[in-house]
Amino acid sequence: MVEFNLPANSKVHKGKSFPAKDAKNAKTFKIYRWTPDDGANPRTDSYEIDLDKCGPMVLDALIKIKNEVDTTLTFRRSCREGICGSCAMNIDGTNTLACLKPIADVKGDVNINPLPHMPVIKDLVPDLSQAYAQYRSVEPWLQSETPPPPDGERLQSKEERALLDGMWECILCFCCTTSCPSYWWNGDRYLGPATLMAAYRWIADSRDERTGERLDALEDPFKLYRCHTIMNCTQTCPKGLNPAKAIGEIKSKLAERQG
Amino acid sequence: MTDVREALFIARTTDGRTVRRPLSPHLQIYKPQMTMALSIMHRITGVALAVGALILASWLVAAASSDAAFDTVSMLLHSWIGKLALLGWTAALWFHFSTGIRHLFWDVGHGFELPQVQASARFVLIATAVLTLVTWFAGLLAL
Repeated sequence: MVEFNLPANSKVHKGKSFPAKDAKNAKTFKIYRWTPDDGANPRTDSYEIDLDKCGPMVLDALIKIKNEVDTTLTFRRSCREGICGSCAMNIDGTNTLACLKPIADVKGDVNINPLPHMPVIKDLVPDLSQAYAQYRSVEPWLQSETPPPPDGERLQSKEERALLDGMWECILCFCCTTSCPSYWWNGDRYLGPATLMAAYRWIADSRDERTGERLDALEDPFKLYRCHTIMNCTQTCPKGLNPAKAIGEIKSKLAERQG
Repeated sequence: MTDVREALFIARTTDGRTVRRPLSPHLQIYKPQMTMALSIMHRITGVALAVGALILASWLVAAASSDAAFDTVSMLLHSWIGKLALLGWTAALWFHFSTGIRHLFWDVGHGFELPQVQASARFVLIATAVLTLVTWFAGLLAL
């Protein structure tokens, strides 16, 4: 449902400040904080970091804050090189991976929030259960009646394989899904860009034999057609992929099928 | 119908009490993008066109009913506020027309790459301005 304002318990209040002592090259990071334990609303804490003593990426700054300033700061991270998708968050107003976002790209203070319009577990950690369940619902694996050849793999031509480029690279960070206003308002039933691109990755796969059933499952006013080609997804994807185009391909396939 | 996402807002504190999770900020913090701005404007101008069509229909109805009724509506439309509304309506028409064509291209699978999206966004804004001005110059010359 469309609700422009945040609910009363979600309004963000002003939080604490942690100034840096004698920093020559200080930058302020304004970070969304919420913990289930204090009964308070979310707040924005400000941390001043000396960039001369910090790595180049926003994730480096977050790790520095957690190590040296405030150990209670909570965020997901793992690979620190843009392949695991854990540190997806809203930095400087758009969704991206903290490990791929250079601090130098942000002018002024660095505002950091959890992925938008999601239930917050703690600080920068959103609950992605809904997005994962939706991803599961498109059955993102190869399905085929024909058994593979006894002497090897299922083969594809170079052209058939090329159709999957730009989709297999998705790391499921859900930056795109949570950038989509349509997903904000209708995420209970609209599958969102990441999941729809995953669905198209299997529709486009020459080895998959359930294309028809996959299209049937998506032919739904909410699951697929809440996409209004807003294009925030493609604009924000930290891997440079194009979920909007994949969704367009699904719509074309459905239109073609109608004849 | 309850939103299924409701269930995800229930959490527990460390000592086991249930609490309600906050919803992370969205419109409040998302940096306005050309992409989303044009999309919502497409919708808003669509609504504006429907309302404007009612006004134009009332003008025709007035013309069909009596001279006095036609004069009243004409007077309203010729007032500065009426002209402003008509200017807004023409701009909305050309904007909705241009973004509509952009949507048609997307519907046949073209123009999804980011540079194309940015170029077509600029094109829509320029086309709206030019077509609105041309319409008004032509209209005022014809008077």
